[in-house]
Amino acid sequence: MTSETGIGASVKRKEDARFITGAGHYTDDINQPGQLYAVFVRSMYPRAEIRSIDVSSALAMEGVMAAYTGADLAADGIGDLPCGWMVKSKDGSDMIQPPHPPVAVSVVNYVGEPYAMVVAETLQAARDGAEAVTADFNEIPAVVDLASAHGADQIHEAVPGNQCYDWELGDREATDAAFASADHVTSLDIVNNRLIPNAMEPRAAVGMYEAATGNYTLYTTSQNPHLARLVLAAFVNVAAESKLRVIAPDVGGGFGSKIFVYAEETAVIWAAGKLARAIKWRADRSESFLADAHGRDHRTRAELALNADGTFVGLRVKTVANMGAYLSLFASSVPTYLYGTLLAGQYRTPAIYVEVQSVFTNTAPVDAYRGAGRPEATYVVERLVETAARELGKDPADIRRLNFIQPEDFPYETPVALTYDTGDYDASLKKAIELIGYDDFAERKASSEANGKKRGIGFSCYIEACGLAPSQVAISLGAGVGLFESAEVRVDVTGSVSVMTGCHSHGQGHETTFAQIVSDKLGIPFENVDVVHGDTGRSDYGLGTYGSRSLVVGGSAIVKATDKVIAKSRKIAAHMLESTEENVDFEEGTFSVTDSNQSITFPEVAFSAYVPGNYPLDELEPGLSEKAFYDPENFTYPAGAHICEVEVDPETGKVEIVNFVAVDDFGEIINPMIVAGQVHGGLAQGIGQALLEHGIYDESGQLVTGSYMDYTMPRADDMPNFVVDTTVTPCTHNPLGAKGCGEAGAIGSTAAVMNALTDALGVVDVPMPATPETVWRAMEGE
Amino acid sequence: MEDYARVVDRFVGFGGRTLEQSGQYRILAARAVVWDALNDADVLAACIEGCESVTKLSDHRFDANITAKLGPVKTKFKATIEVSDRNPPESYSLEVSVKGGMQGFGKGRAEVELAEDQNATLLSYRVEGNVGGKLAQMGSRLITAAGRKMADGFFSRFSERWADTI
Repeated sequence: MTSETGIGASVKRKEDARFITGAGHYTDDINQPGQLYAVFVRSMYPRAEIRSIDVSSALAMEGVMAAYTGADLAADGIGDLPCGWMVKSKDGSDMIQPPHPPVAVSVVNYVGEPYAMVVAETLQAARDGAEAVTADFNEIPAVVDLASAHGADQIHEAVPGNQCYDWELGDREATDAAFASADHVTSLDIVNNRLIPNAMEPRAAVGMYEAATGNYTLYTTSQNPHLARLVLAAFVNVAAESKLRVIAPDVGGGFGSKIFVYAEETAVIWAAGKLARAIKWRADRSESFLADAHGRDHRTRAELALNADGTFVGLRVKTVANMGAYLSLFASSVPTYLYGTLLAGQYRTPAIYVEVQSVFTNTAPVDAYRGAGRPEATYVVERLVETAARELGKDPADIRRLNFIQPEDFPYETPVALTYDTGDYDASLKKAIELIGYDDFAERKASSEANGKKRGIGFSCYIEACGLAPSQVAISLGAGVGLFESAEVRVDVTGSVSVMTGCHSHGQGHETTFAQIVSDKLGIPFENVDVVHGDTGRSDYGLGTYGSRSLVVGGSAIVKATDKVIAKSRKIAAHMLESTEENVDFEEGTFSVTDSNQSITFPEVAFSAYVPGNYPLDELEPGLSEKAFYDPENFTYPAGAHICEVEVDPETGKVEIVNFVAVDDFGEIINPMIVAGQVHGGLAQGIGQALLEHGIYDESGQLVTGSYMDYTMPRADDMPNFVVDTTVTPCTHNPLGAKGCGEAGAIGSTAAVMNALTDALGVVDVPMPATPETVWRAMEGE
Repeated sequence: MEDYARVVDRFVGFGGRTLEQSGQYRILAARAVVWDALNDADVLAACIEGCESVTKLSDHRFDANITAKLGPVKTKFKATIEVSDRNPPESYSLEVSVKGGMQGFGKGRAEVELAEDQNATLLSYRVEGNVGGKLAQMGSRLITAAGRKMADGFFSRFSERWADTI
């Protein structure tokens, strides 16, 4: 059905009606009778031994119902917050996972780490109670600087040298040999700046417990409620999975930061059981800055070996990655399997070797943030490639074309463990070059110069790997969970449909995209398809939404379940039409007997399935509801070309992005408008990293960019009018041919901006974020 | 206002935001008089803005309760001041620790010197300190200005005590 609402149509998002009229239903909108309020008492020391905590004054205050410390949770058998991916070091040893109690027990290791929770009848009483908690700390000098953390004063007893693991990938000998015989080596020291996610909706939780049944319900701001339930049940021991329902209602943005199970929702659901009362907690913005998992924060030495003609012969990368004070849920996987594996980029580099040391520091935990490892990898590869082109006097587009994996090379096995299924990298680059008007750049540069401005252009041809998969491969590499997705397509008596998915929408528009797929396939009105997500009580299972996986994995599961519905419907229709399955066609919602005018509609078939008067009950069960689980065969590999043009004011160092083109190959597209929106958001975040955003701890370990006065978020007037376009090579191994689009903007854009800026200034590197001061200093040669 | 955060961003480097400050004031009183006043809890209480009380526990220890505002953070601080290197009436050092409950903490070291200057006294001080918790998160970039304002306020009130006497 190529209708206005089917696959490929820019349908306006269903969910926007409630979001833009204030009718959304977020966790903080949920209130329960007799609800209490929780406030956490957080460490203001980067590192300290807890000598004692005294909650007696808090407990004596009016309205305070309880005050708990980490010892109370531990005494009740509440376990540590786990890390879900076991990475092994070069020597085969397991990474070291230090104890991570949800509420600190004997030590605090970053500013913002909770060490007590006060529960009271009102929020104000809980705040006052928290203020009355006193503690005696023995301050210890903190380990803050990433560059020197390895081998610095040991933070965790279990972690010598503060090193979580020392991981490698690729062929070291072959790579060293390639470097030894190369004509030219380009080297860069790269800092990938720490970012703080800043979802629009802060994290929140409402925990409920029903004493009569022993049932727990947790409303929380999660990107993956089933995973939260699994962790809270199996690792943290809050309750059996069957007794715990986790609901993530409307969630206002996540960008990865809401994947993880944190201290607060853990303590809230536990305390709800202790007190048999509903308890609400909602972070204020200051808490979000301190206690949401941060992103990026790498220091890297990167080298690219080339022949004189510009052919890449080897890539060598050594990275130190910051884990923060504890291992967050997927922290270990981000600088390894989501980073090292992407270093081939779009190129036929034959030998690649990467080693990554992940270290602990007395800062907030660092984990996946939009792109998660892939922006860092793209930044390394694309900064190197552009720098190499300049050093060899090559055109940055030409050097890329020379090294691109060609369409006939697919499937292409990289030296870093991935097999790309398809792509046409030059097609995207060609389109991007046309759209930005690369041929006329020299004229624009001259015109800028005439106006006293410096103009530069920069490329970034990124690749990413989405829909983390397949489960068996990931599990063999250390993943602690499956990576499939579930779906249920439940047809109602009257032919309307509910689609239950294990993915979660917190801004992505699944309620629209998934409805387009199902209505298109079943030939029923778009309005008649309702997408249900975010509730462990309503969908079987799911891994949620991260890594641009929802359409490619979750959408494929929906296609599978819908195909099962169609298959059963065809049998019912054949019976009703007194024909055979083989002779019944299904098109645009109507079953018809081949070469006849006999037909029956999908809703009529559905009605017959539930009111089985005329129905083959001897062959078929009544009802029309099908489930499917889909485990991908491979990652998907979205790729594209981003080109950025900047203009720098030499007087002030202010950088203006004057032109930005993103041409992406996301495979087949269901809703172009949603895709464009995803790209715009990603670009803003990638450009934000390049020019504005920086999470900074001072040398003592205090977060000094902990509010919007000091942490610069991108704003509309920082952004150009993006030109976004697509090319299409369909994914070869999922039924939609789709590749995923959620992170591409943040992955590709950062390097394009910095390549443009370094081109404008004629310097090798400028540290991110390129604030006016940084740029001005770079121009002054400082 | 639109570029305020950006302007601020320029002042944020990789290094810590340690408060370092020094100053000199000419006070129209004899050195011994100034020294005694500096060790008088009532005088100190009267001169510190937002001070609710100063208790002198010994020549070496003062406790104070102060309400102060640093950027958006206004809170009650409990301060303890340990006096060391006491060399009357010429100099002493102060170890200052302030605690503001959930709003954060500050700590620092000050060195104060008094020199005779005809009928007056030249008071020089040098302070080094840092803040933690919400004070650092919300107000660290304001701390130098706030420290300067507090010191100037203190010494102008302190000096005014003798403004009419000479």
